[in-house]
Amino acid sequence: MLKHLFSDDPPRSRWLTLFLCVLFVVLLSAPFVWTSARALNTAATISIFFILVASFDLLLGYCGIVSFAHAMFFGIGSYGAAIALHRFGPTWSVLAGGAAAALAISAILSLLIAMASLRVKAIFFTMSTLAFAAAFAALVQRLSWLTGGDDGLNFRLPEPLSSGHIYFTVPLVGLDVTGKVVLYYFVLFSSLAALLILLRIVNSRFGRVLEAVRENELRAEAIGYRTLTFRLAANCIAAVIAAWAGVLMALWSRYAGPSTSADFNVMLNVLLMAVVGGLGTIYGAAVGVTIFVFAQNYLQLALAAVNASALKLGGEWLARLFHPDRWLLWFGVVFILCVYFFPNGVVGYLRLRRIRRVR
Amino acid sequence: MTSINPPSAIDASAEPTALPGRKLDIAPFALLVGVAVLALPLTGSVSTWVTLTVAGLAMGMMLFIMTSGLTLVFGLMDVLNLGHAAFVALGAYVAATAAGFVQPWLASTSSAMNLLAVASVMAAAVITSAIVGLVYERLFIRPVYGSHLKQILITIGAMLVMVQLMLVVWGANQMQLMPPSFLRGVHMVGSVAIERYRIFAFVVGLVVYAAMMIVMHSSRVGLLIRAGVENREMVEALGHHIRRMFVVVCICGSALAGLGGAMWGFYREEFSASIGSDVLVQILIITIIGGLGSITGCLYGAMLIALCANYIGFLAPDLAVVSDIIVMMAILLWRPNGLHPVAAH
Repeated sequence: MLKHLFSDDPPRSRWLTLFLCVLFVVLLSAPFVWTSARALNTAATISIFFILVASFDLLLGYCGIVSFAHAMFFGIGSYGAAIALHRFGPTWSVLAGGAAAALAISAILSLLIAMASLRVKAIFFTMSTLAFAAAFAALVQRLSWLTGGDDGLNFRLPEPLSSGHIYFTVPLVGLDVTGKVVLYYFVLFSSLAALLILLRIVNSRFGRVLEAVRENELRAEAIGYRTLTFRLAANCIAAVIAAWAGVLMALWSRYAGPSTSADFNVMLNVLLMAVVGGLGTIYGAAVGVTIFVFAQNYLQLALAAVNASALKLGGEWLARLFHPDRWLLWFGVVFILCVYFFPNGVVGYLRLRRIRRVR
Repeated sequence: MTSINPPSAIDASAEPTALPGRKLDIAPFALLVGVAVLALPLTGSVSTWVTLTVAGLAMGMMLFIMTSGLTLVFGLMDVLNLGHAAFVALGAYVAATAAGFVQPWLASTSSAMNLLAVASVMAAAVITSAIVGLVYERLFIRPVYGSHLKQILITIGAMLVMVQLMLVVWGANQMQLMPPSFLRGVHMVGSVAIERYRIFAFVVGLVVYAAMMIVMHSSRVGLLIRAGVENREMVEALGHHIRRMFVVVCICGSALAGLGGAMWGFYREEFSASIGSDVLVQILIITIIGGLGSITGCLYGAMLIALCANYIGFLAPDLAVVSDIIVMMAILLWRPNGLHPVAAH
């Protein structure tokens, strides 16, 4: 039963299984254990980014195509929900309409981008997704009457999801079950569903063909598969899932803005998370996201500490290198080192170790 | 993605034409002229049109200088260097620093001194970019030959690191780079005002293009590079060390990006570290629509992108942000292998 649920693709490493179980239990119990808004926020962010990064893994890890537009679809989802709720008021039908429109736009746009560039050469795809992502970011700024420009959009959620709405008259195990908690569990189970669906996809015949195309496109085509169709489909699925993550992000933060959804840094973060976790594993996304979310919270603090001591030790130049504003520098260095020395990511490393031990 | 080498040599032999056989392809040039002519009635006034066109041509030349190195690197070794844009920023920053050293020359009223100052500023940008390019090739490109996926990841990381290092060295403040007096101001042709710097940029671009064409078409190295773009394995099989050539191309490409950055910096007069990533998307689009490894295609592509950006920006400002993409899509539908492809693979 469990084997079937995970599409016969278990984590295949004891440490990874342990980590995933702990992560799941922690996320599941988060609202009961931690009452602070910040902790719950971190937990929800992990769930949402898991969906985004796992869907990116479908593209990068299983198809071997690099898309820089993945954050754009995330942004479309997030703005779709935000614009609908902002303009037409907080009702369920508006939310559903906005989300459905965002998903549909993402699907169509991803198909168009892929059809225009993927058929020419896979590497063109990377470049044109970069162009599209840049145009999207510029468009968000330009259409400020619709998107709120730099300020973004704030909006209210339907009443049953708002934090003022309390479900049970008596607290449940010491917790007032507010709309926020309900939304949290919706996000969490969405990400669980995303994990299972993606595992199902990559372990189906479809997923096998994707891997075959990744390994040798010519050969896959020679066997008789329409490689373009498979890549288009994968691209479309990944875009829709990313847009769904965007919808969840907007709902959770009750906000959509350029810095959280349209900025190029979002894309870089997704790339790093996917690479650190391990490409082509789906599970890697969970590891990558968790590491990244914690690192992001503490990297700037750590840099500030190093900065202070560097000022004493090596003078101004060394201190400038470790200035908290330069965190992107260290981020980039870590990223490059990961690609060089750790190309399989954490999950790949753990699985490799297991294989070696069995031998 | 694992790299596979398609047996393209087989189709190349299918056409038994006379040896120096390549038909003169005027369609891309006609397209450029057509776009410009079409824009004339749309803009309404001749003086506006001339201003837009001249600005477009100057911008196009600067974009060409920035892109030409990238397209050669890509064409020759199938290496996609997304970090190329960082060299544009490097060139601009070095130029701003060098301009500080030759400030008296820049401020002097003598045109000869001005020209000398501009030349030395540009030389500083070119030399620094070339040296950094050598290191860059060692660190970021050589270890990931043959794997597109890793190249994309590494070079995007490298761009990030380079830009941040520049911020460490130069600080996060805006940089200033004023052109000398003889390049400032406008030149009146009838009732039409043309900025002097635009003419200068156009001329420099033409010189670079001419120099590249001469090197590529009448030197032995150029011949090998062109052959390498068409079929790398064959050139290697003939006993040429293509990687060594590639290092040279990579260094020259970085140097050209630095030169383009310096010129772009003079043009903008004030810039921040995003000067490189601002043009990254345009550089990539030009690489695509020009045809990989094609210098002439790169020139056409740069001109087309710059002209269309100017016309569309004037006629329909709302469409300006997507003008590059519209152009790219249209060109790819018309010629999937680029405006002026090197070889009909």
